[in-house]
Amino acid sequence: MSELKQTFNSSLGKKLIMALTGLFLCVFLIVHLGGNLLLFKHDNGYSFNMYANFLTHFPPIEVIAYILYLCIIVHAIYAYILTTNNRHARPVDYAVHTKSPVSFSSKNMGLLGSILLVFIVIHMGDFWYKYKFTHSVGYKEYRTNLLTNQTTVTDFTPQTADFEHSQSFDGDTEIIRVKDLHSRIVASFSIWWYVLIYVISMVALSFHLVHGFQSAFHTFGWVHRKYKPIYEFIGTWLFAVIIPLGFAAMPIVYFIQSLNK
Amino acid sequence: MILDAKIPQGPLAEKWSKHKFNLKLVNPANKRKYNVIVVGTGLAGASAAASLAELGYNVTAFCFQDSPRRAHSIAAQGGINAAKNYRNDGDSVYRLFYDTIKGGDYRAREGNVYRLAEVSVNIIDQCVAQGVPFAREYGGLLDNRSFGGAQVSRTFYARGQTGQQLLLGAYSALNRQIHEGKVKMYTRTEMLDVVVVDGQAKGIVTRNLKTGEIETHAGHAVLLCTGGYSNVFYLSTNAAGSNVTAAWRAHKRGALFANPCYTQIHPTCIPVTGTHQSKLTLMSESLRNDGRVWAPKTVEVAQRLRKGEIRIEDVKEEDRDYFLERKYPSFGNLVPRDVASRNAKEMVDDGRGVGGSGIAVFLDFRDAIERLGEDAVKAKYGNLFDMYYQITDENPYKQPMRIYPAVHYTMGGLWVDYNLSTNVPGLYALGEANFSDHGANRLGASALMQGLADGYFVIPYTLGDYLATIGPKPVDTTHPAFAQTKKEVEAHVARLLALKGNKTTTEYHRELGHIMWEYCGMARTEEGLKKARVLIQELKDDFWKNAIVVGKNEEINNALERAGRVADFIELGALMVEDALHRRESCGGHFRLESQTEEGEALRHDDEYAYVAAWEFKGENQPEELHKEELVFENVKLTQRSYK
Amino acid sequence: MSNANGTMNLTLKVWRQPNAQTAGKFETYKAENISPDMSFLEMLDVVNESIIHTKQDPIHFDHDCREGICGMCSLYINGRPHGPKRAITTCQLHMRSFTDGETITIEPWRAKAFPVIKDLAVDRSAFDRIQQAGGYISVNTGGVPDANEIPIPKVIADEAFNSATCIQCGACVAACKNASAMLFTSAKITQLALLPQGQPERYRRVQSMVAQMDAEGFGSCTNTGACEAECPKEITLTNIAHMNFDFFSAKLFREEEVHAENHGG
Repeated sequence: MSELKQTFNSSLGKKLIMALTGLFLCVFLIVHLGGNLLLFKHDNGYSFNMYANFLTHFPPIEVIAYILYLCIIVHAIYAYILTTNNRHARPVDYAVHTKSPVSFSSKNMGLLGSILLVFIVIHMGDFWYKYKFTHSVGYKEYRTNLLTNQTTVTDFTPQTADFEHSQSFDGDTEIIRVKDLHSRIVASFSIWWYVLIYVISMVALSFHLVHGFQSAFHTFGWVHRKYKPIYEFIGTWLFAVIIPLGFAAMPIVYFIQSLNK
Repeated sequence: MILDAKIPQGPLAEKWSKHKFNLKLVNPANKRKYNVIVVGTGLAGASAAASLAELGYNVTAFCFQDSPRRAHSIAAQGGINAAKNYRNDGDSVYRLFYDTIKGGDYRAREGNVYRLAEVSVNIIDQCVAQGVPFAREYGGLLDNRSFGGAQVSRTFYARGQTGQQLLLGAYSALNRQIHEGKVKMYTRTEMLDVVVVDGQAKGIVTRNLKTGEIETHAGHAVLLCTGGYSNVFYLSTNAAGSNVTAAWRAHKRGALFANPCYTQIHPTCIPVTGTHQSKLTLMSESLRNDGRVWAPKTVEVAQRLRKGEIRIEDVKEEDRDYFLERKYPSFGNLVPRDVASRNAKEMVDDGRGVGGSGIAVFLDFRDAIERLGEDAVKAKYGNLFDMYYQITDENPYKQPMRIYPAVHYTMGGLWVDYNLSTNVPGLYALGEANFSDHGANRLGASALMQGLADGYFVIPYTLGDYLATIGPKPVDTTHPAFAQTKKEVEAHVARLLALKGNKTTTEYHRELGHIMWEYCGMARTEEGLKKARVLIQELKDDFWKNAIVVGKNEEINNALERAGRVADFIELGALMVEDALHRRESCGGHFRLESQTEEGEALRHDDEYAYVAAWEFKGENQPEELHKEELVFENVKLTQRSYK
Repeated sequence: MSNANGTMNLTLKVWRQPNAQTAGKFETYKAENISPDMSFLEMLDVVNESIIHTKQDPIHFDHDCREGICGMCSLYINGRPHGPKRAITTCQLHMRSFTDGETITIEPWRAKAFPVIKDLAVDRSAFDRIQQAGGYISVNTGGVPDANEIPIPKVIADEAFNSATCIQCGACVAACKNASAMLFTSAKITQLALLPQGQPERYRRVQSMVAQMDAEGFGSCTNTGACEAECPKEITLTNIAHMNFDFFSAKLFREEEVHAENHGG
């Protein structure tokens, strides 16, 4: 067995993989939330659709995206391996369960992670997969008068099935034709149970990250008393409060808007 | 039998160096042809096993606990002495030697004690190199504290758990040798006999405590590092498992047992609360650095205090008798253990004891807390205070501790010569299991020193001399003596298992303890000891008739283990009483009421008793034969100890 | 808390298992007239005495020093290793921590690496083997420098001491939902890694001890902190972080190479 292989097969090596992939996913969440805030722009989905198009067509991002998917899979697989090993480490359970004063999150990372995995499957299946690999997502045409900066929007039907997007000019008017993920979101987020799934998942995300983020640093061995409070602060406020709240706000706001229509 | 201690000739300071030169050596290539058996893995055993294995010998080590790290050395709290003179306060090897001889009330060998003081400095170096985290000062150098019986600060310490840290050092050295394959370690294995072949110790018989299997093991030499026998008193500060069985069985195979009546009563223990109690808890003597020992000045105040009519803080300063400071102005609260203990007993006998039972005196930190602040006191003694609080439910930061003496250490043990060899060739005794270095009383922080001195720095030299003499001829268990000894052990076990009476062995043990504490404890009399002699004989007869031992041999059987140990304790108790009876003087931990000065201090009779009393087993129910090793003092003048 | 007589009556549910090969089960015992001043083990002594009087097999449990330092006593009491109080071992637990009439469930430590040998006693030799794999500084007796030749900053000495207080009882493993031995293993690694004497073998040691720990079948750490909460010597989770750091440094950036060894594991 090569030395590196040996390293990552050890209990600590597996933890390192969990921590590295976990932190990468955390960083992604910041970007993802930042981009998705475009959903709150009242421009008939123009910015958001452009953003979605950019993400799926800019090669470096695509590479990163595949690394991201890999991270999710590796994080889940190693979580499964570690959890199974940990179960085997105690074949006979206690009759009275431990009453140690430890946090709910840290004891239930597996459960929370499983919820998130199911969520990711639903989420990606509904948006990413349909967006990339099916024709169930419609198109929009945005015409912007470059002089007045006025934009009008209409539905658009491409002539070929594999049409992705286009940008052209008609005098002072810029015509952009692009896949319309935004409408898909509006439609999904008007379903109450769908919104509920999102909200529950974001609660799970909050609990997962309140332990997970700072735990990763612990795994790296970065626990100096002088900077530990900094990442604990970030872990709690950014990853367990702001990010889940930000994500949860989207379906909720869209759902409320759908009620007013 | 003439007891030859083999103390080298020449000036005191040169004895050990000269002796080391004169000892035969085993050539490095031959060392691996020898097998050495080490029984017990406390400070003496673990350090000896590791050091011998480092030299190249094959070592087989045994302990009855589940891990070698649990031996009772682990529980030592206060510290370890060494004549480093890091404090520039006048310490020296000679002073440590002198303090130890004097502290032992002139009943130890000069040569041994000087060697102990000499190697004490190496022990600290060794332990630090192993990573033992001794207390340090801000400058990064080692800190020292004061201990009883000395006027210099020479005690190195690791908070309140010096024993654990030192033992972990020795345990780590042992682990390294186990890893190297030089030590074969048997845990949960109890030694039940020594195998003597043609007058030489060649092996042991053990019982596997998990399966009950009785096994034999052969070696070129057998080292007993099996600790002391304080548990003969049932209540002592020893671990529940500490026992005399290994040493006692060796005694019955011919090894002389020396000075059995020298037992140390430690003054600062937590008093007994009830009959259920299984052990007593000691608090480090270091507490006496800052705590002041007192009792109410009058019986009347003491009575009111006991009844709860007044609170401790209501006792006015002039009603408090700081009896140690009053009687011993120069040593004050830091008088040796035997003196402090006896004075506490005097207070209680006087009716001035405190606590519900009236069997306790106070150890008060009020002044220290005022002087140094609670934080400083906490930093020094925090874990001891916590322990006291845990056990008594009383907060020692707010009210004085209640303390009372308890049996803690036994100076007596197997007789050994300067080479740590018993009179049976090939059979050695190290640490508390031997009698050698503390005379009639041990000074605080000297037990750890002796255990490690024996294991790290004495036996690696002296054992080689014997092994070189007998030669590396292989040994195995085929000699009929092995089968014979094994058969006798099996018969003994069977006899114990056949006991189906109605009294548990614990009950016998408790009764033995009462007898020993009452008649062979802190103060002994001719009359009391004679009574104890009868009582113990009756107890022994009753034990072999009415004791109950459940279960069978081929399993984990605590009751059986305990039965064997209690049976041996009863026999040892009888010998202790004989020894105490014959020594009609007071010295150190042995206080005969008939022999005291006008001021009530121990009165020795050097003309008659300046010898080591070594007892020889003469057969079951036969009186043991006394052999005397005269103690020769060439360097110190025997004086009446004074700590005034 | 005791009743009007100043004593307590308790019901004990105790795990009984004759040996490793035979299945075990809970048995119920009455502990009567128990003084609140008794230690938990003394209460068990009283129960055992009465069991012996009925010629039955007494409850087997490990214990020795009875002052909280040898690490031999264990017992999982009412869902917590060493019982309900923080920072003490079972032998230091007193009956005043329980109430009259209470039912107390007593189980052995549960871990694959700690097989039950009888009733409440388990085999913790895995811990010894982890120590044997490298929990030492390789110095032979004699030939070492003077103790004061290596000054050690007090803050470092104190921190090393905090790690060194481990008594090898196994409560960390018992408490951990993963039966992980990382608190134990890391305490020794950290103690020696902090001290200057431990530097030469620092990166070898961490690799060999972790390898042995894994070979013994303990679970891994999820930074939950149950171990820290239950450790009778209050050893902190920071030790595990130190171990992780050294381990990754060793594996990814250092030359020291160690092959997993397993003596009798």
